Amino acid sequence: MKRVLINECKAVFPALSRNESLSRSMAAAFALQCDPTVEETAAVKTAVSEAVTNAIVHGYRDSEGFVEMNMKLYDNGLLYIQIKDKGRGIDDIKAAMEPMFTTAPAAEERSGLGFTVMQSFMDKVKVRSSAGRGTTVTLEKRIGGKPLDKR
Amino acid sequence: MLKIYNDGKRITAALSGDLDHHAAREIRLELDDVIARSRPELLILDFEKVGFMDSSGIGLILGRSRAVRAVGGELLVKNARREIAEIIKISGLGQLIAAQCDVG
Repeated sequence: MKRVLINECKAVFPALSRNESLSRSMAAAFALQCDPTVEETAAVKTAVSEAVTNAIVHGYRDSEGFVEMNMKLYDNGLLYIQIKDKGRGIDDIKAAMEPMFTTAPAAEERSGLGFTVMQSFMDKVKVRSSAGRGTTVTLEKRIGGKPLDKR
Repeated sequence: MLKIYNDGKRITAALSGDLDHHAAREIRLELDDVIARSRPELLILDFEKVGFMDSSGIGLILGRSRAVRAVGGELLVKNARREIAEIIKISGLGQLIAAQCDVG
């Protein structure tokens, strides 16, 4: 059965660390319409925070730019969140997704667990990246038990 | 964001708000300063008032664990809510500082 798009929302904000909190609050607010549990809300907030922090810390490490967040909600309760930067890109996605892998200097104390946390809290995590052109992370999670109406 | 109770040997740092990459930097500087000055036997990170933490918090806990061990002390994490305890579990940090880590 084909799923139906119920709602969508796009946000664009500068890659500033203060916007990590803004981005996850927006995602939580968007997810609210599918009646999530406390755990589901926490999972969405955490995964979005990881992806946006990656865009800010890694994507735009040596530059300034914007992070784009596209959110979609389908009638089966599927929440889809795409986080996109036009930063430096990831050289080796497979390595980057390994637990404890980080390219940040040790002094910054990045744990290298961003993708591990995203994968633990979401149903699906997809990463597309191209060196010098940016990275797109797609997060998916089925939220709530009931079907949604398009109203 | 951070309240510090210091009785010389034991420091309790009561964290509050959201512990993300943005907040971690300032907390880290403040904690490292008090660790260096007081050389505590025990540093307690009290998470009771932390509503949100992502993997940036893991870096913060791990880093402070190292800093306090370097001066001969130990680290204890307490009152972490369920979602935060889950992230600590995923990270394997709970095992690494098992005896000192109470995330109950």
